Amino acid sequence: MAANPNRSKSETGLMRWIDDRFPLTQMWENHMSKYYVPKNFNMWYIFGVLSLLVLVNQLLTGVWLTMSYEPTAEGAFASIEYIMRDVEMGWIIRYMHSTGASAFFAVVYLHMFRSLMYGSYQKPRELIWLFGMCIYLVLMAEGFFGYLLPWGNMSYWGAQVIVSLFSAIPIVGEDLAQWIRGDYLISGITLNRFFSLHVIALPIVLIGLVVLHLIALHETGSNNPDGIEIKDHKDANGVPVDGIPMHPYFVVKDLVGIGVFLIIFCMIIFFFPEMGGYFIEKPNYEPANPLKTPEHIAPVWYYTPFYAMLRACTFNFWGMVDAKFFGVIIMAGAIAILFVLPWLDRSPVRSMRYKGWLSRIWLGVFVICFIVLGVLGAIPATEERTLMAQVATWLYFLFFILMPFYTRMEATKALPDRITGK
Amino acid sequence: MKKLILLWAALLIIQSLQAATSFDVNLQDARIDEQDQQSRQRGMKTFVNYCLGCHSAKYQRYERAAEDLGIPKDLVLEHLIFSDQKVGEQMTNTMQPDQAAKWFGAIPPDLTNAVNLRGADWIYSYLLGFYVDNSRPYGVNNAVFQNVGMPNVMSELQGIQEQVCETVPSNDKQNDPEVDSLINSKVRCKLQIQPDTGTMSPAEFEHTVRDLTNFMDYISNPNTETSRRIGVYTIIFLLLLTTLFYFLYKEYWRDVK
Repeated sequence: MAANPNRSKSETGLMRWIDDRFPLTQMWENHMSKYYVPKNFNMWYIFGVLSLLVLVNQLLTGVWLTMSYEPTAEGAFASIEYIMRDVEMGWIIRYMHSTGASAFFAVVYLHMFRSLMYGSYQKPRELIWLFGMCIYLVLMAEGFFGYLLPWGNMSYWGAQVIVSLFSAIPIVGEDLAQWIRGDYLISGITLNRFFSLHVIALPIVLIGLVVLHLIALHETGSNNPDGIEIKDHKDANGVPVDGIPMHPYFVVKDLVGIGVFLIIFCMIIFFFPEMGGYFIEKPNYEPANPLKTPEHIAPVWYYTPFYAMLRACTFNFWGMVDAKFFGVIIMAGAIAILFVLPWLDRSPVRSMRYKGWLSRIWLGVFVICFIVLGVLGAIPATEERTLMAQVATWLYFLFFILMPFYTRMEATKALPDRITGK
Repeated sequence: MKKLILLWAALLIIQSLQAATSFDVNLQDARIDEQDQQSRQRGMKTFVNYCLGCHSAKYQRYERAAEDLGIPKDLVLEHLIFSDQKVGEQMTNTMQPDQAAKWFGAIPPDLTNAVNLRGADWIYSYLLGFYVDNSRPYGVNNAVFQNVGMPNVMSELQGIQEQVCETVPSNDKQNDPEVDSLINSKVRCKLQIQPDTGTMSPAEFEHTVRDLTNFMDYISNPNTETSRRIGVYTIIFLLLLTTLFYFLYKEYWRDVK
């Protein structure tokens, strides 16, 4: 048998038995005890671990919800009430899942912002960013499919509005929308397929992508707030001098962050589960009714920035494109442009700490626009608000389109040789 | 601790912002007291007597309400269940939906989630908002829900309520869309109960409606009390655990330079 250099050091025992058959010790060392992480991580680095935690929460609570949920147009709404009222601890499980959905997007958005701030998407970490973007895309689809399942009136009309976006595509649009729904309007057939996609197809894809994201990350190693490579300075044993092992150092550090997160999470679950109608919307307390449109249809908060962009497109594009279709293109473009971010940033440095003031201002503008669009997408549109959304949409895109120019022309600060404190 | 309180305040603020749901009528504050079991018990009595004939609360079980509100089960069976239903069953009625639609123009909605859907203030104001209007099939209209199909089922308690309108001078067209700029005035209406037409005084009736709203708040959110109780313990536990994690982290990181 070929000797495994990383196998357990003991000559007998269970670990030795396993290591002769499966590289358990080797995996543990590669990914935990001998995986070196820059020691200057700050609080922005907790959100990766937290998204993993929320993913596990969604999977586990999802399994238990599926045990009592009935994916039919006739029974779905009643089965949610059954879970909330008759299933032992059912309401906690459901609130964990509904709050978890919002928490997932919250931590993912903060995780992505960290990336923007410290240039974590730059060479050689482009693939980590791309896998991450795929996760984000799948997550949006997962959230959308899941939102229909309670079969409340907002679920129904939200799905109706979003699926009808596909019908804006010229020529094939109507047929495409009908193909997605499996019916002429959202019906039990749509509910069944959304259920299947929500509990089987997308979770599998999501887990696969998370694994790829992590494998790619552990191949290149983590970036850090200074945006310099810790691998440039290694000691005699080949260990980065500014790196410390993931286990136990970052495991115990992450536990603190997880504790803080759980406190916030539980406050919402136990005291504000509906979050004033932002996590669970009021019209969703009555069953889906194809004849009764809610007064104000808005998507859940994590989609509202893109929804605001869609609504901001009120004009026909030089008379060539229908306004709604143009809105769909803008919305899709807003997400698509994120994919090419690693190739738009031409800065010689990664971190905002060493980039020039142009980069910093643009990042600030981008964040403000994203939040403004998020708020505008949640409230009814007026003339002034539409104008505001149009300006914010322009600035959102300009952040990316101008990036190759401002990142190259600005003066950057000199990079330190070794990582600085916190 | 300071941060925790700040966080709590922030969550409260978001909660109070309320996602845009525009019921643009002046609602009265229901002022229900979730801790008041007796109010909810009285509300249940009113509910089964005046609401359950036409509306259902089909996701709420009698037994669960009895347990949560502290009503002995035999009393529920004797005084609160009028059909041959068992105590473990859900609060339904025998009205046929198609007939109901014929009688009222719409099927009376299930009320289990009414407070979640519209809010306690809306329910309270709506129930107080019926007034005489002979143009309507049941002789009443509602100030909160114009041209609603529902009759004023509690009129024997409330008495006859009328809408009294007067024209008051106003030229504030800019801020008040109701102002008629041609005659520089607006119509202001209020509801008035004719004295001694009901079995209850206006104050007693408001009290009854408040109790009823309180019960409907309970059936909308039967888990609230349990949730708050468990929540407090969970957060205390997490605070201790996080403190422990913090010291563990400090201990491990002492040797990191």
